[in-house]
Amino acid sequence: MSAVTTRVRATTAPAGNGPAAPRFRRRPVSLVPTLILIVGALYCVLPVLWILIASTKTNDELFSTPPFVPQFHGGFLSNMQALFGFNHGVFGQWALNSVIYAIGGGVLSTIVAGAAGYALGKYRFVGSKWIFRIIVAAVLLPQVMLVIPQFLLLAKFGMTNSYASVILPQLVSPFAIYLCKIYAEASVPDEIMEAARIDGGSEWRIFWSVGSRLMMPALVTVFLLQFIGIWNNYLLPYVMLNNDQLYPLTEGLNSLMIITGGQSAQYSIVVAGVLLSIVPLAVLFLSLQRYWKIDLISGGVKL
Amino acid sequence: MAITHEASPTSALAPNASRRRRRRTSALPVVLVAPAVILLAVFLIAPAIYAIDLSFLHLKITGGLLGTGKPKEVWAGLANYLATLGNSEFWASLGRMVIVAVIGVPATIVLSTVFALSLDVKRARLVGITRLAIFLPYAVPGVVASLLWGFLYLPATSPIGGKFIDYFGSTGVFFSVANVAVWGVVGFNMVIIYTAVRGLSPELFEAAELDGASELQIALRIKLPLILPAVTMVALFSVIGALQLFNEPTTLKPLANAITSTFSPLMYVYAQANINNDIYGGAATSFLLILMTVGLAVLVNVVGRRISGRETK
Repeated sequence: MSAVTTRVRATTAPAGNGPAAPRFRRRPVSLVPTLILIVGALYCVLPVLWILIASTKTNDELFSTPPFVPQFHGGFLSNMQALFGFNHGVFGQWALNSVIYAIGGGVLSTIVAGAAGYALGKYRFVGSKWIFRIIVAAVLLPQVMLVIPQFLLLAKFGMTNSYASVILPQLVSPFAIYLCKIYAEASVPDEIMEAARIDGGSEWRIFWSVGSRLMMPALVTVFLLQFIGIWNNYLLPYVMLNNDQLYPLTEGLNSLMIITGGQSAQYSIVVAGVLLSIVPLAVLFLSLQRYWKIDLISGGVKL
Repeated sequence: MAITHEASPTSALAPNASRRRRRRTSALPVVLVAPAVILLAVFLIAPAIYAIDLSFLHLKITGGLLGTGKPKEVWAGLANYLATLGNSEFWASLGRMVIVAVIGVPATIVLSTVFALSLDVKRARLVGITRLAIFLPYAVPGVVASLLWGFLYLPATSPIGGKFIDYFGSTGVFFSVANVAVWGVVGFNMVIIYTAVRGLSPELFEAAELDGASELQIALRIKLPLILPAVTMVALFSVIGALQLFNEPTTLKPLANAITSTFSPLMYVYAQANINNDIYGGAATSFLLILMTVGLAVLVNVVGRRISGRETK
């Protein structure tokens, strides 16, 4: 590595003009790590870029034009029209369903996890230790494997094939509760709670105006994790739903692919659908990146 | 939940008067924890118990010699488990999952660690934008990522030589499936490891720097051993993720003949329960998989702890 950096220094320093030269000498670029990062970034971005370019092509152009050259013959508009016109606009319904599942499930599960985490982290009460032990054990339980039993159980009560059947099983996340508990312990000081008590604040008031505020970074992180988890979930809706009006995007796009699987004449519709399901989430995600506290997750390793 | 009440004597410690008063007067913590406990009981514990119960039952046709009566659930003992363990297709699905895991898990661990360490090299450039770019696929749902890569693999549309390379061939398909999975998770794992690297105190390597250690030496000899707990966690996530392999092969299935409806163990369970309508066998297979997952999780944890324990000593 040092060989690389000195080589860079040797080649760039003379190239720089007068005043810039010392800066180069002080901060030469580490070539290898930078190259590694660029290759990694290309690996991650190029497929998304390809779908963006492919969405500008009509179905014929998709097979006949060079892969990374966008086409401007009205392909984009006609693809979008075909997508939204497909089956009386069912794509719009899928997008709406995804939003309902992800926001509804995300908000509710964050409230559940935040409340439970605060109670377990800041109070000792009857059974609190046992509840926490069960939650830690449940973190290890692969929830995906429970989907079919969950389906069978909900089917007994005739609750499958509904919004509730997709949202309810995702409301409790042992990992989210665990994160909130750890964060509450670390970020809500006993002294502040004690001071609020002396001032006559009720326990509820302390939770609402002190605890929940201090836990906000953890709550935002948990919400985003849950939002993404639910948005990306495929197996649960796949098992629970058989009415395509209730499908989320993941499920809908897959059914679109299966319908069109035999006939490549429809690929451009799927391409447009794939693009539209990536863009909003990517924008939301990258813009909210600074509110993420992923170190919470790293901190969660020390079980 | 009955379990919660048994623990009451243990919590009767705490001599502090004010604390005792608080516990007596406030029902708040119980109210706050109740929704989580109820949901946990209804949607995790009950289905798990129900699945265990089902796994020991099977249907028996009763009523007359012709079996015209309603089928009845009867005790099956270990029959469902033995049937699964004796089914070669179950083992084949496990084998395929292992192949995908052997390709995907090390790739995920190595790539995310290398990216994280590269981000932390002092004089690396383009750090912000590349970090964002590598994180981007995490925002792409697994199913959508599979469709996306499906187009990249498909000979008719492939920009990466699908006409010449058979991405859906009997060998290629394992790499294709593993690649989609790695692509989806590498950024998230990178951020986890990067956070651990950033958490290290700079004093740890300033001395080495003064002694003339290269960035590579610092990364491999000092940083890497210290972030092994985070790497272990990434390994754990990846192994558990591999056991749950479902989305990628299911989505790629219409495109690839090499992917059967029982390609991975979870697909096997799904096919068993929903296509063959054998919910009892499906429950037994699920429970076997849960046992394997928990066993593997414990194993990865123990191995990881041993490695990081030896390194820090």
